[in-house]
Amino acid sequence: MTSSTYRSPVNDDPTLDISLVVNGRPVEASVSPRLLLSDFLRHHLGLTGTHVGCEHGVCGACTVHIDGRAARSCLTLAVQLDGATVRTVEDLEGPDGSLSPVQEAFRDCHGLQCGFCTPGFLMSVTALLDEDPDVADASDTEIRERIAGNLCRCTGYQGIVAATRQAAETIRDAKEQADVPTRG
Amino acid sequence: MKPSRFEYVLPRSIEEAVAARVEYADTVVLSGGQSLVPTLNFRLSNPEAVIDLRLVPGLADVRVDGDWIHVGGRTRQRDLELDDAVHAANPLIRETLHHVAHPVIRNRGTVGGSIAHADPSAELPCLLLCLDGEVVAHGPGGARTIDAQDLFEFILSTTLEPDEILTEVRFPVLPERTGWCFTEFARRHGDFALAGVAATLTLAEDGTIAWGQLAACGVTTTPVRLVAVEDALLDGAADPSRIREIAQLAADVVTVPDDESCSSAYRRDLLVGLVERALRTSLQRATERATARTSREVTS
Amino acid sequence: MSRREAEQPEQADNAPPMVHTGARVRRNEDPRLLRGQGRYVDDIPLEGCVHGAFLRSTIARGRIVALDTTDAERVPGVLAVYTCDNIGGLDREMPLLIPHPCITHGRTQRPLARDDVYYVGQAIAFVVAVDRYVAEDAVSRISVDIEPLPVEVDMERAVEDGAPLVHPDVPGNIAASLVQHCGDADAAFERAEHHTKIRVQVDRSTGAPMECLATAARWDPVSGELVVWDGTQAPIGLRGALSSLFDLDEDKVRVIAPDVGGGFGPKIHFPYANEVLVPLAAMQLGRPVKYIEDRSENFVHMSHERTQIHEIELAATKDGEVIGLRDVFLHDTGSFIPYGIAVAQVASTAIAGPYRIPNIEVEFRCVYTPTVPVTPYRGCGRPQANFALERAMDQLAEELGIDRFEIRRRNLIADDEFPYKREGLIFADGLPVTYDSGQYGAALALLEKELDLPAFRAEQERARAEGRWLGLGLSFYVEGTGLGPYEGGRVRIHPITGKVYVNTGLTTQGQGHATSMAQLVADQLGVAVDDVIVVEGDTGVYDWGVATFASRAMVVSGSAIHKAAVKARERVLEIAANMLEVDPADIELKDGAAGVRGTATTIPLAAIATVSNPLRYAFNDAAQIATQFAPASKGDGPPLQGDSRPGIETEQFYSPPHATWAYGVHAAIVEVDPVSYDLQVKRYVIVHDCGKMINPMIVEGQIAGGVASGMGGAFYEKLEYEANGNLRNASFMEFLMPYATEVPHMEMHHLETPTPLNPIGAKGAGEAGTIPVAAVIASGIQDALAPEGIGPLWHVPLNPSVLHDAVREARSR
Repeated sequence: MTSSTYRSPVNDDPTLDISLVVNGRPVEASVSPRLLLSDFLRHHLGLTGTHVGCEHGVCGACTVHIDGRAARSCLTLAVQLDGATVRTVEDLEGPDGSLSPVQEAFRDCHGLQCGFCTPGFLMSVTALLDEDPDVADASDTEIRERIAGNLCRCTGYQGIVAATRQAAETIRDAKEQADVPTRG
Repeated sequence: MKPSRFEYVLPRSIEEAVAARVEYADTVVLSGGQSLVPTLNFRLSNPEAVIDLRLVPGLADVRVDGDWIHVGGRTRQRDLELDDAVHAANPLIRETLHHVAHPVIRNRGTVGGSIAHADPSAELPCLLLCLDGEVVAHGPGGARTIDAQDLFEFILSTTLEPDEILTEVRFPVLPERTGWCFTEFARRHGDFALAGVAATLTLAEDGTIAWGQLAACGVTTTPVRLVAVEDALLDGAADPSRIREIAQLAADVVTVPDDESCSSAYRRDLLVGLVERALRTSLQRATERATARTSREVTS
Repeated sequence: MSRREAEQPEQADNAPPMVHTGARVRRNEDPRLLRGQGRYVDDIPLEGCVHGAFLRSTIARGRIVALDTTDAERVPGVLAVYTCDNIGGLDREMPLLIPHPCITHGRTQRPLARDDVYYVGQAIAFVVAVDRYVAEDAVSRISVDIEPLPVEVDMERAVEDGAPLVHPDVPGNIAASLVQHCGDADAAFERAEHHTKIRVQVDRSTGAPMECLATAARWDPVSGELVVWDGTQAPIGLRGALSSLFDLDEDKVRVIAPDVGGGFGPKIHFPYANEVLVPLAAMQLGRPVKYIEDRSENFVHMSHERTQIHEIELAATKDGEVIGLRDVFLHDTGSFIPYGIAVAQVASTAIAGPYRIPNIEVEFRCVYTPTVPVTPYRGCGRPQANFALERAMDQLAEELGIDRFEIRRRNLIADDEFPYKREGLIFADGLPVTYDSGQYGAALALLEKELDLPAFRAEQERARAEGRWLGLGLSFYVEGTGLGPYEGGRVRIHPITGKVYVNTGLTTQGQGHATSMAQLVADQLGVAVDDVIVVEGDTGVYDWGVATFASRAMVVSGSAIHKAAVKARERVLEIAANMLEVDPADIELKDGAAGVRGTATTIPLAAIATVSNPLRYAFNDAAQIATQFAPASKGDGPPLQGDSRPGIETEQFYSPPHATWAYGVHAAIVEVDPVSYDLQVKRYVIVHDCGKMINPMIVEGQIAGGVASGMGGAFYEKLEYEANGNLRNASFMEFLMPYATEVPHMEMHHLETPTPLNPIGAKGAGEAGTIPVAAVIASGIQDALAPEGIGPLWHVPLNPSVLHDAVREARSR
């Protein structure tokens, strides 16, 4: 895969070179040390699916995966990501362009309205279900605790809770399906 | 809400990191960044240099060694939480970490970072104080060990020198016949607590309460040991029926003044209620552990 | 969900079957948003774009004695620093958007402060630089010296003699005052057997949309066109303002509201400082300019709402029939009153709620305080009025020894009393309050059934025996929705793809217009919902209309679009009938084609649309049949006969005779923790009626979101101004917007009483959920803590500390 190189930002801050992998693609960039990962993704790489809602780590709209774990991109400096692997909402859909089980569940359950907090929720819930597929059996209260940490002002969370459960069930069913030995 | 300009220092060793602490007039240490970066974004902190510890070797190691759990300062909170050996050695640690913000924050936030930040409402400083833990700090003169009780000075202030860096946090292994509990109340799930309590309770051989260790957060300018409660628990003086009465002794540590959404009277009663809950849970767990141990001994 | 319907709106004989309308259709807008392909203002790529940041006042009320931007201008990367002295004609007071004769002292702010500042957060200077980082660097280098003046942030003290004045020439800090009468309140109070009077207070809050304010602008010197992308609920209004302020023809100003990350009211207000300064900078600098408000600014810049103090008095018979109501309230309008009296007026006219109460006197004063200006936020005065009324009803029930459900039952307007007029109360549409339809009694009965009251009462008895604090709260509410003046709808069938394009003058901030409006059209034209493409929020595409506010989109735009779709259907049937040589009544529109009933003959919609457009050029196979020499052409007379138009494109408008009144009743079973005094909502039950639901899934989403905001207002969210006018908690750390853990699961039940006022029978649903929640929660907690004998809970938001202190006080008595 070809690596993409990004030129230094427009201001005259001194820059540092970093190389990382974003959504499976190697990226080389020169960035100001003070550049937030959220701004780097959005304004330097054009990955505007990651949204910025508070820039103090409370709302979760900017959640991405860093080295496989959910993290706030607004609380991370781009320079800290040298050598890291980052995944954003743009990478969730399948290779054929189909929605992931989490995305599909959000649509089925009306888990989004204005869509601004949605990428953050999708990344948090995707990480959650990667870690713990048993969420399908969790109580409503437990699911709420697991998705607390992301703010939504539109949905009242009802659709998001339902979507989280549906996605967990879909993922678990798919796993069980895969685990069933094929009969010859 | 963008940070102001700073020098970015990426030391390869603790010595280099300390040298940078000395070299620049005004430095901050970047460990997990979950408390630091918000202050940079708000421009509440405008340091000359940010020293990122991520390439300093050994700072994220965790090992249980005899009576102590050694936790590298840059260990992610989430890693410590998920560490089964640590959990086996001292289950209060995982229980406390469950109350630290949300998993997404714990994924990046570090143990040393939270303790050095010294927010009086934060859980980890309270845990350290409750357990009589200690930290290791590296400075220009080398390393020194600081007991938890000597570490926390004021709101967001510790006895670490400006040229020192916290490199290790040490928690004692939980003694035998000891129960534990961390409990807190926050307005929203994952927020800093209005009050929180970390407790351990150790039983004597005969099953009576030998001693307890308790610390609280959110109630004064630092995490604070609940000495009056501990004194009342000493040497079999405490009967389980007296727990409610003993918990009342915690109230006086509260110094946070009244504010619009939390009266001081409320915070005192809340703390007392949490202490009572923590003591009861600790006692129950201590009893279970003592019983389990006894039955193990019997069967072997 | 359960659902009950009253009679359907009358259907014409040849009306199509309602396949999509009323169904839980998944949203057309979702796939894009789920893939991270939303386009919010900050996502719009603009080549060479530069970025703005404001210097904001840190003093509430003060005089600017020195302002020096020299250092800021020298910061490398800075392109311009604006103050009131170099913005030309923009240095003027911004318009007072909704005038009213009772506004005796209307004041509005300038884009950048001149001489005086009036609240913490007021814009003083605007920096444009190569990026936001540098812009903020430059802001920190502006030197400003403000001499503080005395302030009074407490509204009740602000109206007293001698209080510091926000505006020196506004005596008593009173911007407006109004008294309204319905019936004869004096006589009612005279003959009443019982009076109940309480004082209630609702504190200040904010809409807190996840996307803060945002504006981008590009000036094209060649075409002389200004394009503005703005996170607004009112692009057509903003275009009007920009056109006037910059003296540009309307057609040379294009305002686009792209994806907008939540609105909730504050984005209906315009123009905010950024909405005029970004275009100015773009025109002056010849480069695209963006301003993306950050969260710390949003708290001190975007409008607030809610603070009202009501003294409400009910006059009743011994049987609990309320015959009179008096309410006197103060409304905090902040430092300016740019949106007029809308919030206070809506509160005053909602004050009698669902109850008959024939005699009303309601008076309010709008008070200036040195705080962020107040304009509507989800609910717009109704949550306050409802809290006052419903707490008073609970109090009356208590005093008369009547059950809380029973006292409501005795006063609800009966089904056969509609339309129910409150002569003398003028609603925010300038028309008398007239409730159009409802089944209030049935709603209350359904709620009681779903709650299973006997079971609850038994459980409560057990809980109390164990010393647990378990209670039940309820609140009714009404909501005047769907205000005029009008909206338009345009429907066009694309001749090549057969897809249906729909335009209206609204914007969407998540309400799902691209789906619900499409459902209406899909049924008329027999096409799939995702073949109907709704485009709105762009004055370059459609510019007749008002805005998205007051739960009006479906009622007003939906009705206009429906009417346009009906016309489009008529046209399709007429052409198809000609083509197929059958009677239009024999044609059915299905699966994107017109077919003759009972036969296999069909023609695709695209072909019909093509035929309707006489062509010279056969650019594809379908077009061949529409050319001048094709067999389909008649060959006698002009291809377009009479005053007919080419293509299938219809436009209709809908102007409501008056607002249509939705309503509902909520109840909660709550428990208060004896240690933390925290609130646990064990059940939250909703009965809701917004008339005909076009998409129940979307309606339920609106209700759920509304209840979540309401939970914030009941127990979590409060903007805390310090005595010096500083906003103490201007962050998401300290302004406690609920996470999923603080919002209960909601059980929803629907009634569908259509309104007779519009052709689709729909009433608005956007704000409904928010309105009753504070009263429900306060009522529930009051019931839970009743064994402790606590004093009344007449001030929201509540919090654990308040409950603790109330119990403690009761125990010490």
